[in-house]
Amino acid sequence: MAESIIMSEQDMRRVILRIAHEIVENNRGCQDLVFVGMRTRGVPLAERLAAAIRDFEGEEVSVGALDIGLYRDDLPARGVEVRIKPSELPTDIADKRVVLVDDVLYTGRSIRAALDALIDYGRPQRIQLAVLVDRGHRELPIRADFVGKNIPTSHRDDVQVMLREIDGDDRVVITPVEGE
Amino acid sequence: MSSNAVERRGKSSAAAVREPPGEPLPSAVGAWQRRHVLDLDDFSSEEISLVLETADAMKEVLAREVPRVPTLRGTTIITLFYESSTRTRSSFELAGKVLGADVINVSAAASSVQKGESIIDTTRTLQSVGADILVMRHKASGAPYLAARHADISVINAGDGWHAHPTQALLDLYTMRSRLGDVRGRKVVIVGDITHSRVARSNLWGLTAMGAQVVLCAPPTLFPVGLDPADRDGCDELALPPVRFDTNLDRAIEGADVVMALRMQLERQQSGLVPSLREYSRLYQVNSQRMARAAPGVFVMHPGPMNEGIEISMEVAHGARSLVEEQVANGVAVRMALLYLLARRR
Repeated sequence: MAESIIMSEQDMRRVILRIAHEIVENNRGCQDLVFVGMRTRGVPLAERLAAAIRDFEGEEVSVGALDIGLYRDDLPARGVEVRIKPSELPTDIADKRVVLVDDVLYTGRSIRAALDALIDYGRPQRIQLAVLVDRGHRELPIRADFVGKNIPTSHRDDVQVMLREIDGDDRVVITPVEGE
Repeated sequence: MSSNAVERRGKSSAAAVREPPGEPLPSAVGAWQRRHVLDLDDFSSEEISLVLETADAMKEVLAREVPRVPTLRGTTIITLFYESSTRTRSSFELAGKVLGADVINVSAAASSVQKGESIIDTTRTLQSVGADILVMRHKASGAPYLAARHADISVINAGDGWHAHPTQALLDLYTMRSRLGDVRGRKVVIVGDITHSRVARSNLWGLTAMGAQVVLCAPPTLFPVGLDPADRDGCDELALPPVRFDTNLDRAIEGADVVMALRMQLERQQSGLVPSLREYSRLYQVNSQRMARAAPGVFVMHPGPMNEGIEISMEVAHGARSLVEEQVANGVAVRMALLYLLARRR
């Protein structure tokens, strides 16, 4: 049950800054760029990326929040969160370069749901994916364009991203789950 | 597996699994254990809040250019109406379709009900056909409870006799909350034929659960026995919600944040419960003069269909303070929320 810290506050700060640079580099600037954070923890991450870009590039990237509750295919079986909130997209995303932001990439099913949700709002020019942690075990042909850290895990591990906006402080921990 | 055990115990278990007041909900799954929505009398404020929050997300879907999500794909909803309805039925149908469900409307007049099939048999038939959720309206109080007890599908009460109309009360709460914020401590006056109103009864439970101060206003002949605290002789064990009763609308309306007028059914005059509709409207009509006595910023509501000029004046019904059309629009979002929660729970 021992949990271990795999990213510290400083690690996370550096990683977010690096991803912000990679996004700007890859898109050759911030033209038509929109960040869409996936609730819950993708939203503050998207805001941090936008803040970093504001610092080093002087450009404002708008940030939206996406709730995928209405698009999930795994709810009844697993009994996860039933609470849903309205999605808030800042602009019309048609013809925009959307960067989807989430904390942990795992099976890829949440991303599948997010893609369906996004496309219901319009037809973006491009959708890219940025995640803080990629823990593997994909069940769908989905990959991230920007990855903070690749962490090899077992199916039974629990990977948790903590953010000061929600959890009080910044860290990423992994807890091996024993038994089932 | 405890949730399965709860499920098997059926309707009466709803109160038992309610969270103790004041304690945070352990998880979202714990917040919604219901299989049926029959009335609000056993809803906790947490459950009501969950429905209203979920309706916020549904409202966002309805505001889209193409309001359609795949959430309930593969779910079949059957509406079974033994009584006529425009807004309730159409809003359930739309709610189901926006969520991607298949919706089948069965009207009692054109079904085997005409051939004498019982409620229990009809419900089981619809279950065998493949329904997941049954939305039912019936003129007999308690009919949806009977259906719920004898089938394995979810039942939503869309109005039963004089007894309950929980989805209307939830959309009323949602409409109030969206305009007033929290309804806690707000004064809500419900005026009209309380005795025969399932809307008033469900609203009573919902509003008091959320901490609103409810005043019922009616002529004594249209006020149900046992609700007035003054004559609750021996009825206290029924745990009736705390409400005030007033026969004088001019007095009751003072300082009101919301005034809800109820439909005056025209046949009540024939049965002698009101001397004349003219006298009724002189004493109980919600009009501009009376609205002026309410709190500044008061809103007026009506569950519809309205008799304009009788229980509500035309100028108030369509005035700036009227939420009547908003109530109808919110009805779709609230019913989507309930369908979603029931389907997720299955």
